[in-house]
Amino acid sequence: MNDLFLIYKNLTRKKLRLFLTSFAIFIAFLIFGAVSALKGSLDSGIEMSADNRLVVVHKINFTVSLPYAYVNKVKQIEGVKDVTHANWFGGYYQEPSNQIVALAVDPASYFDVYSELIIAPQQKAQWLKNQTGMLIGERLAKVYGWKVGDRIPISSNIFSHNDGGHTWDFVVDGIFSAEEVQTDTGYLVFHYKYFKETQTFGGDNVGWLVLTTKSSSINEKVAKAIDKEFANSQAETETSTEKAFNKAFLEQLGNIGLIIFSVVFMAFFTILVVVGNTMVLAVRERTNEIAVLKTLGFTSMRIFKMILAESLLLAFLGGLTGLGVSYIVIKGVSEQLARFLPNMVLTTDIVLQALFYMLALGLISGIIPAVNALRLNIVSAFNRG
Amino acid sequence: MTQDKLFELNNVCKQFVKGKEAISIFENLNITIKKGDFLAIMGPSGSGKTTLLNLLGGVDQPTSGEIKFDDDRIDQLSEGQLAKWRSNNVGFIFQFYNLMPMLNAARNVELPLLLTQLNRSQRQQSINTALELVGLADRAKHMPGELSGGQQQRVAIARAFVSDPKLLLCDEPTGDLDRQTADEILEMLQLLNRKFGKTVIMVTHDPAAAKFANKTLHLDKGQFVEKELMA
Repeated sequence: MNDLFLIYKNLTRKKLRLFLTSFAIFIAFLIFGAVSALKGSLDSGIEMSADNRLVVVHKINFTVSLPYAYVNKVKQIEGVKDVTHANWFGGYYQEPSNQIVALAVDPASYFDVYSELIIAPQQKAQWLKNQTGMLIGERLAKVYGWKVGDRIPISSNIFSHNDGGHTWDFVVDGIFSAEEVQTDTGYLVFHYKYFKETQTFGGDNVGWLVLTTKSSSINEKVAKAIDKEFANSQAETETSTEKAFNKAFLEQLGNIGLIIFSVVFMAFFTILVVVGNTMVLAVRERTNEIAVLKTLGFTSMRIFKMILAESLLLAFLGGLTGLGVSYIVIKGVSEQLARFLPNMVLTTDIVLQALFYMLALGLISGIIPAVNALRLNIVSAFNRG
Repeated sequence: MTQDKLFELNNVCKQFVKGKEAISIFENLNITIKKGDFLAIMGPSGSGKTTLLNLLGGVDQPTSGEIKFDDDRIDQLSEGQLAKWRSNNVGFIFQFYNLMPMLNAARNVELPLLLTQLNRSQRQQSINTALELVGLADRAKHMPGELSGGQQQRVAIARAFVSDPKLLLCDEPTGDLDRQTADEILEMLQLLNRKFGKTVIMVTHDPAAAKFANKTLHLDKGQFVEKELMA
């Protein structure tokens, strides 16, 4: 027997109370893990944005297109490294409910600007040659089980094909992945030229431009130069960093961060009160036993540490179980939501944050009963008992 | 130094403050307790028996005066030093046994040994010996709730002497037991006193229990009246 055995015995002496308290903590960390992963997924567009990448959209809003001629003009601006462009296709597969993010892009420059994407050279070469080809992200490929060489019809809920329909046939020339697991690969890209030549309206316009600067330190200067270039034209522009653009886009859904913080904070606060109260009661019930231990010669500090350790053990027992189950839930849900959300991942950051909260929960809920035990006077305790 | 002195109390005063009033339990109490004594302390409720036991056991401190144990002043020790002193020198036996309900008999007996440097197998050996001596070797794995009152008190006695202290302090050790069981417990204390040389100081209300001691002190209003019962 050692102190750890005593702590364990004290913790498990009332099984129902242990179950209910650790279950409350379990729920808190299950929510924390799942909600943080969801937030991470929604924020991945912001987190994964390159520092030196800028987005140029129409000043009215990003749904209004820009003249194709802007691409070359932007290339001429000092400080610009690479420029590409994209058009929103409004794609779906077979049924309108199966929405797919499909972009008509410039094949030659797309991977220069999105250098974090990984594509096999022979697949890229094949795609550059094949105007009706498309490249699909590996997460999208996984959702629909598409492979290289498959012929896939993609329909648009915006554009009409010049054959009278709304569907374009594409051949999968390659599957791209990304360096980081959080980077979104749930979309497909195809040739802008093919799109322009087969659509019935829209003209030679691009949805938005994406460019890289030679250094992130000149982002502001370059952005100002671009907007100045097109000031007082028919299509004025608004240039911002990709991070700011994605953030503004996400904020249209509401302040996800605040919502998550509020939910997690409320859950934590409630559980802190419950666990703290339980610990105080549990230790108060043991007043006589603590007095006996002190009488036998256990020092106050040793008992203080044992009670604090018991509280920490409880927090980590419930917390780690909750976090573990949230990992399983996230893995399952991530596959179910793959069509709608970028990868949901329980990142190292989330795990470290959770461990910190477990530590804080254990310390805060255990400190009052531990201090009470530390101060407990043997004579008074026996008189009370 | 007198070799056979275990305790020496000189001019010990103890006061409690209740509200705005200071209540005096002892005023200039003087007493010497010899090594190897089996001392019974009797007296009416409120006479200060338990307070004296607490002072002797180092769980309480006098308001003034000296308490010497083996010529060392224990009234000057800090709380931490007293805890160490208790673990080295004193075994406690309570009226209601005060066993840990979540530990079996063997683990209850082991508690004081956690404060020693003994390794696991040495501790186990000491536990086995102690339980054998109190006749509970076959109940080592039993939880306190599975034992009778007398058996629980025997486990408590084993816990009190397992770390080989010089002094056993007993607060009404038979107060919760029937006569026959009480006598068995008292015989065990007598054995520990006579055969193993433990100094036993026992607070009791029971004159029959006091007969097992070799000396009885009557405490009344904070003063002693000594009566020799046995040689």
